[in-house]
Amino acid sequence: MANKKLGAQTLQFNRPPVLLEAATVVGPLEGQGPLGDTFDVIYPDQLNGQKSWEACERGMMKDAVKLLLDKAKLSVDRVDFMLAGDLLNQLISGNFAARDLAIPFLGIYGACSTMVEGLGLAAMLVDGDYADYVVAATSSHYGTSERQYRFPTEYGAQRPPYSQTTVTGSGAGLVTDSTYHPGRYPRVTHFTVGKVMDRGIKDPYDMGSAMAPAAADTLQRHFVDTDRTPADYDLILTGDLASVGKKIVIELMALAGYDMGQNYDDCGCRIYNPDKQPVFAGGSGCGCSAVVTYGSILHQMREGKLKRILVAGTGALLSPTTYQQGESIPCIAHAVAIEMSEKGAL
Amino acid sequence: MGNYLTAFLVGGAICAIAQLIYDLTPLTMAHVLTLFVIVGGIISGLGLYKPLVDFAGAGATVPITSFGHQLVQGALKELEMSGPIGVLTGIFDLTSAGITSAIIFGFFVAVIFNPKG
Amino acid sequence: MPSSKEKNRTKREQALNQEYQAIAKRQQKDHKIPVLRNLLVAFIVGGLICVVGQAISNLFIGLGFKPEEAGNPTVATLILVAAVLTGLGVYDVLGQFAGAGSAVPVTGFANAVVSAALEFKREGLILGVGAKMFALAGPVIVYGTVTAFVVGLVKALLL
Repeated sequence: MANKKLGAQTLQFNRPPVLLEAATVVGPLEGQGPLGDTFDVIYPDQLNGQKSWEACERGMMKDAVKLLLDKAKLSVDRVDFMLAGDLLNQLISGNFAARDLAIPFLGIYGACSTMVEGLGLAAMLVDGDYADYVVAATSSHYGTSERQYRFPTEYGAQRPPYSQTTVTGSGAGLVTDSTYHPGRYPRVTHFTVGKVMDRGIKDPYDMGSAMAPAAADTLQRHFVDTDRTPADYDLILTGDLASVGKKIVIELMALAGYDMGQNYDDCGCRIYNPDKQPVFAGGSGCGCSAVVTYGSILHQMREGKLKRILVAGTGALLSPTTYQQGESIPCIAHAVAIEMSEKGAL
Repeated sequence: MGNYLTAFLVGGAICAIAQLIYDLTPLTMAHVLTLFVIVGGIISGLGLYKPLVDFAGAGATVPITSFGHQLVQGALKELEMSGPIGVLTGIFDLTSAGITSAIIFGFFVAVIFNPKG
Repeated sequence: MPSSKEKNRTKREQALNQEYQAIAKRQQKDHKIPVLRNLLVAFIVGGLICVVGQAISNLFIGLGFKPEEAGNPTVATLILVAAVLTGLGVYDVLGQFAGAGSAVPVTGFANAVVSAALEFKREGLILGVGAKMFALAGPVIVYGTVTAFVVGLVKALLL
């Protein structure tokens, strides 16, 4: 009996789990961006003393989770499960961080939608009475993703202006049972699971165009399932569509009858200053939505500036192999609705 | 052997054509460069690359098309000297400077430096 | 064999795809590739690199090399310079700026080899540097060689 399911793709939580605490660790470019002072830790360079980009990335994820637990004053052994994923083959950042943290671990892959996928699944575990404390973490790194998906970092390839820059960053959130926290907290009320969408875009530099249909589809699905409209939210954020993808979503949603012109933005557009930083159309990567949501957005919610938000993480589900074999780029988007409230007040 | 002006114009033109193809097609730069090596080889086989070198000097020998030219000339020279088997054995005769220095310098730079990301 | 229902669905999908791609192209207008700017910069930078090559070549001729012999040390010198610039983290900046202007000269070949060697150094000297050094530059060598063989064969058959 799917009691907690609304419509075709949305889950509604009976006791909306609390997003109790979050931590963000970023690289220097993100630290120099417009959200620089909203991040917890800024690494001085892309290695942070490690021997490889990969070691740096999993160090970032580990640091983010440890800092998260410090902030929440929770010891590691009280965490029931950790959900984590990243962009790298075999999810090595998540795997190795989980090894060192010794938390029971579920690796997940949603490409750049991993943060929302993790948050949604964590909320399901808690609301389903399967866990009291669940950590959801994700990371991305410019060097690791360049060398896996594109080219060696010192290669002189020329990127087009509509391409995006992978965020070096990790964000971790702690989700816990509503019962323990009756006060005013951000609570995850809904989780809309996306379907894989593919509108035939093949250019791996054109992520925004590839992912926008998935974002639009999931957002529409969310509104239909919950009987809400964009105006019901203070802010709607997509994960990393950047400048081009954001415009496409506004148009696609308008064609479907939804006005997204007033309260919609994209994490990839917020994390960098494209006029001052060499970032092309904006940010991308798992870390993008994570560090923006768990940083500045969470701060604004706690300060009372945002009450109810919808975050739609977007992921491009390609691999270097599929691209070389001439396939197009299938994408997915998941959405979570988060609302500041006191327990029982919904 | 060419002068600075012809080197600039011819070399620039070859790069400009490559840039157009790169920007207007879904081809990657690796595709375009491969195409240019093949085209350089064919032009060389038709006997037309040498006059270009005479006219433009470095404008013809520096672009990657010249690599195709040297490979073809290596094959043809050895074909003349030792017959058909030369087509296999002589290919790298004239071009070893490029490949060996790329390997050697590449190796040492990789050992000394680190990528900056 | 796809059923007619599946064939119709495919047709519908294709129509939706085309419709969408038209929307995407339109919204990409502000971030279109600056074709004219790229063309000019590639021309100028590529031309300048060849001028530098000409200067180096003249230098070697001045040092006693015959004009036909100056090509090899010139290429080797350009490759050395490009290799060092790649190691210093400078060549990728030039590459973004000049596109084909930096990729087409032999310096671009050096950058492809050296950047791969540098990047995969973390996987060790044998399996990283050694095995992956030609990951990007390989096609040029393979197809140059195949072309030379085919041209040579054609010439051999015609003679």
